[in-house]
Amino acid sequence: MPSTEDLKQRIEAAIPGARADVTDLTGGGDHFRATVVAAQFSDLSRIEQHRRVYGVFGAEIGGPIHALSLETRAE
Amino acid sequence: MSENAIRDAIHEAIGEHEVILFMKGTPEQPMCGFSARTVAALDAVGHEFAAVDILPDPRIRQELSALSNWPTIPQLFVRGELVGGCDIITEMYESGELAELLGVKPSADAPAQAPAGVQPGAAPLQIDNNLN
Repeated sequence: MPSTEDLKQRIEAAIPGARADVTDLTGGGDHFRATVVAAQFSDLSRIEQHRRVYGVFGAEIGGPIHALSLETRAE
Repeated sequence: MSENAIRDAIHEAIGEHEVILFMKGTPEQPMCGFSARTVAALDAVGHEFAAVDILPDPRIRQELSALSNWPTIPQLFVRGELVGGCDIITEMYESGELAELLGVKPSADAPAQAPAGVQPGAAPLQIDNNLN
């Protein structure tokens, strides 16, 4: 079962310069919310920013990570 | 219905409806909190929308996500383009961007849509068509 710390580290490792705050929405280890701030997002649309973060987890989204709610911004 | 037929039907539905939401459950009876929130935002803006329940056949979600490159449900398409899921739609609703995109003036007392009943006989890809 992924932890908020796992998710945070994976996002920050995969997106250079990103800062991620991850919370477990239900305490059940499968519904998460992440706020991700990364300078590289400034060139991306909101859809592309979210795709970038979802891309870190691939098929885990909808699987072990049932839900990952996102808020992304460049700064 | 084969995977290809499902994919074609999804593609066609996105092309045919100006505003179409792929969700879990129906607008009257959403089966997931994220779908419910997205429906609520659309209702609050007061723009009609078509809705597809992805739950009857797991292949709908599979084919939709392959086509949209978006892993989660719900997914809102406007004029053939993916606009986002629950988070983006909620943000856009709060900022007024959703109303602007849909060409509706933001209004506190926009009428809620009275959704049409589920159309029979179109399984597994049922479109609950609210476009009257």
